[in-house]
Amino acid sequence: MTQLLSFTPEELTAIRLSLRVAFWAMLCSLPVGVAIALLLARGHFWGKSLLNAVVHLPLVMPPVVTGYLLLLMFGRRGPLGRLLAESLGIVFAFRWTGAALACAVMGFPLMVRSMRLSIEAVDRRLEDAARTLGANAFWVFATITLPLILPGIVAGMILSFARALGEFGATITFVSNIPGETQTLPTAIYTLIQVPGGDLAAFRLTLVSIAISLAALLASEVLIERATRRVHGL
Amino acid sequence: MLRVAVEHHFGSFVLSAAFDSAGGLTALFGRSGAGKTSLINAIAGLLRPERGRILVDDEVLTDTERGIFVPARRRRIGYVFQEGRLFPHLSVHQNLLYGRWFAPPMDSKGGGRAGEVDQIVELLGIGALLHRRPAHLSGGEKQRVAIGRALLARPRLLVMDEPLASLDEARKTEILPYIERLRDEAGVPIVYVSHQVAEVARLATTMVVLSEGRVAAVGPTAAIMGRIDLFPLTGRAEAGALLATRVSGHDPVFGLTILRASAGELRVPHLDLPVGAALRVRIRARDVMIALQPPLGLSALNVLPGTVVEIGRAEGPIVEMRLDCRGEALIARLTRRSVETLGLAPGCPVYAVIKSIAFDHHAIAGAAPLSQGADAETRHG
Repeated sequence: MTQLLSFTPEELTAIRLSLRVAFWAMLCSLPVGVAIALLLARGHFWGKSLLNAVVHLPLVMPPVVTGYLLLLMFGRRGPLGRLLAESLGIVFAFRWTGAALACAVMGFPLMVRSMRLSIEAVDRRLEDAARTLGANAFWVFATITLPLILPGIVAGMILSFARALGEFGATITFVSNIPGETQTLPTAIYTLIQVPGGDLAAFRLTLVSIAISLAALLASEVLIERATRRVHGL
Repeated sequence: MLRVAVEHHFGSFVLSAAFDSAGGLTALFGRSGAGKTSLINAIAGLLRPERGRILVDDEVLTDTERGIFVPARRRRIGYVFQEGRLFPHLSVHQNLLYGRWFAPPMDSKGGGRAGEVDQIVELLGIGALLHRRPAHLSGGEKQRVAIGRALLARPRLLVMDEPLASLDEARKTEILPYIERLRDEAGVPIVYVSHQVAEVARLATTMVVLSEGRVAAVGPTAAIMGRIDLFPLTGRAEAGALLATRVSGHDPVFGLTILRASAGELRVPHLDLPVGAALRVRIRARDVMIALQPPLGLSALNVLPGTVVEIGRAEGPIVEMRLDCRGEALIARLTRRSVETLGLAPGCPVYAVIKSIAFDHHAIAGAAPLSQGADAETRHG
């Protein structure tokens, strides 16, 4: 039992890294996710179906393919990777930031979907009412739309976070499996299973993984419930 | 002062309506689908008409020819929606204050910001609701809060889209007095959409009859209600004349109230109003009988002498006619047979007979005090 709970420094690093990667993946995709969800829910423009399809691609493509595409674009020699490295000094290749990018992309369709549904459920006549009361587009969004779609935003964030915790294929393809830099929980478990005598450690991390996922889901239940009650004034 | 001229296509439906209103409460009356809501949406700036010109207080809000379209948020037109449309995530108090945030600052004479809120909260009787959420309000309470919210944005015009349509009779009688007080005390002109004759008869100073996207008639409410040719639009069953009356006395022995109109005296079941109170009474055409001589041995208490002015076109066995009773119009509905038997024709002197019992809660609920007595009125109906 004590053996089951005595984590090695490498394992603790993997846990911390996993949480950090998932957190930043969720946070950085949040504004983009809200914008794209708004665009898909409200916009009328040429190529809307195409945008919708592209957003959903990571959900249906093999994660390896997504990871490989990220490597081609954001790798050291990739066009976007080089541009970002030279202009802003942001490097993704074989860094934890790359793991976060991979997780963000993989969780993006889930996030957008949840937000889009909540935006489409907003009674737009309430926004008309706000306009007749003198609110401009910004205030209508900030005081009416945003509070009303909050449950959907929270749900989307949790889904993105949970997806990031479980991300394996795209991450390992894009940024490999470097302990202390890109080795997250799933890739750490995978490595431990490959080496003889790693079973117990793998099991330990599996339990951690279950615990974090469960906590995230329970937290989301509570947050969504609370936000929904607030929105409906109960 | 409101001037509206709008043209807009919705598929095969064409809205092509124009009317002017000097103030007070203007009712847009017509069946559902007549274009009433589209018309006020155009006034409020929620609908951009294909062609048209809308002026409020000499300010051009829409003029398609000159490419002017003031957005809804800058029009300062308060909108009370059919379903209230309160913001569900805000408390009643926050809902009320929403529009004030954006409203222009008030000039010094108005008694300050806080005073204004108190005044309107008191006018609408919503003081006890301030900390509740809209989900915990009844339909009538929601509508009162919606009215307050629109008023606190300091509108120069208030538009109301069937604000009573989703309410039952009891809730309607709860809100009607507040709308009357608004009309008489708040000094904000109102455009009121309705398809209920009783509501319009009680509230409206000016009446615009809409039919299939067009204006069929505009004028003072009593004059429009008295037009026989409009009955197919205003509804035959509920058709009737409006009389302006004052309470001239009470008859405590028999439990009657005596109303004085220029057409004559009317005795109605007791009304809890002071002597001198002004009252609008609707007399439905179907409740009026016609006699050629002053009737004797008749139970009906109200007999008004008058002259036949106009006899309407017969529809089946039924005919409506307009009488002139000392300058006031009265409508009577008779069978064609009676008209022929009595030899009625324009110019005939007649006596209109109305049972006191005809002033049941429909006619009385349609009776609007013109200036006072709003509180007493709530006890009826």
